[in-house]
Amino acid sequence: MAVHEVTFPITDEREILKLRAGDEVVVQGHIIGIRDRTQVRIFDQGVEPPMDLRGAFLLHTAPGVRKLAEGRYEKVCIGTTTSARMVRFTEPLGTQYGVRAICGKGGFPDEAIEPMQRLGMVYFAIVGGAAALETTQIEEIEEVAWEELMPECLWKFRVKDFGPLTVGIDAHGNSLYHDVQARAQEKLKELYARL
Amino acid sequence: MSIDVTTDLQHTVEDAAAHLYVWALKDIPQDLRDALAAARERETSVPGKRVLETIHRNINVADSEKNLVCQDTGVAVYHVRVGEHFPLHPTRIYEGLRDGTARATIEHPLRSNAVHTITRENTGPNIGHRLPIVHWEFVADWDGLDVKCVPKGSGSENMSFLKMCVPADGVKGIKQFVLESIVGAGGKPCPPGIVGVGIGGSADYAMYLAKEAIMRPIGTRNADPVVAQLEDELYGLLNETGIGPMGLGGDVTVLQCHIEHADTHMTLNPVAVNYQCWAARRASAHIGPDGSVDYDREF
Ligand code: SF4
Repeated sequence: MAVHEVTFPITDEREILKLRAGDEVVVQGHIIGIRDRTQVRIFDQGVEPPMDLRGAFLLHTAPGVRKLAEGRYEKVCIGTTTSARMVRFTEPLGTQYGVRAICGKGGFPDEAIEPMQRLGMVYFAIVGGAAALETTQIEEIEEVAWEELMPECLWKFRVKDFGPLTVGIDAHGNSLYHDVQARAQEKLKELYARL
Repeated sequence: MSIDVTTDLQHTVEDAAAHLYVWALKDIPQDLRDALAAARERETSVPGKRVLETIHRNINVADSEKNLVCQDTGVAVYHVRVGEHFPLHPTRIYEGLRDGTARATIEHPLRSNAVHTITRENTGPNIGHRLPIVHWEFVADWDGLDVKCVPKGSGSENMSFLKMCVPADGVKGIKQFVLESIVGAGGKPCPPGIVGVGIGGSADYAMYLAKEAIMRPIGTRNADPVVAQLEDELYGLLNETGIGPMGLGGDVTVLQCHIEHADTHMTLNPVAVNYQCWAARRASAHIGPDGSVDYDREF
């Protein structure tokens, strides 16, 4: 299992294709914070996001912040939420906006595997709850859009050494979540027989 | 009992609740630190080790930066033991706990999660109708008050399961249900954590007992040897499932399995599962009848 450093947004697709399920990744550059209501607004209400999402890394979050001035926020505690609720947005994020990476906790169900392979996208697993560490890796909140959805706005963060993340689903049709579940279901049969 | 004693004691309870809530969120208990360290030693999968190493770094950063261990400040749950002779009525104890929760949320400030279940409007600083949640216990021939605060995160609370097994399913049915619940939950409740199991009583009481189970110090065993044996067995079985840290595969799926039980109807066999994530935060205090407070005295 290789270790990679990737800077987002990416411009070269090979940066995504070299990642394999199980690999370790540390991220530099800029990432975009997004959550349920943000994506409902984009896709269910058809509102164009006022940020460029091409080649982007999206983080499932609702950050704890302190307001400094109009449109200016300071980080307080930034963590990550469960991804599975938001799996239905995967395909349109890829086809309509060119998003390349989605990061959250707990993984995506199998329905994400096919579109991620077709569109050259990856899912990164972060350690859920490790917010104290995550907060130190976010250097600055550079931009906020749709403040009325607070805290489920569109956030642009500058990060340094963000991670370590694990490639949970790669762009080659592999999913750690699928493999772990398949093995566990087999194991359960064996355990039940022993009870 | 004079009015002053009541007022002062209620303030003492409020102060204690405010302190316990923030303290629990920032400084996780030693037994949890030990259990996570042991897990880190034992885990052999590469992604699993990476997760446990990151959790370890996160706890150290929370300590040094005095930040919250996890961003989810949860639902404030209290476990309270009231002595028969403690000179403050439980109605006032509840007000103290509620006001302390609100004060901590405003003063720190903490993220407020409380909303009306239908309108989804925020109902106040982590308080609302029937929030915070209190588990009461009453103790005869005693004049003290014990308070334990357990902020309960939603990621793990969403992984709660109930099954009304039938008596013919026996204890095997209980074991199967706990196993299938934890495998089905996968990485969503932020494993490895504490699996709380409630058995017996009624449907609602089984779930209540499952919550009591996750509030116990890690690795404590039920006083009933039959139940304690089931705790040991399930703990072993759960770690054979291979779900691993954050569901990425590995040897450590759970830190412990705790079971609480109640006797039940001859036609019932309820089993409830309540999951507590790796950030199994809790903090305790003992309050004397004179208003003295002794923090970190767990019960
Ligand atoms: S499940 Fe627990 S560790 Fe995970 S985000 Fe929620 S509170 Fe934090």
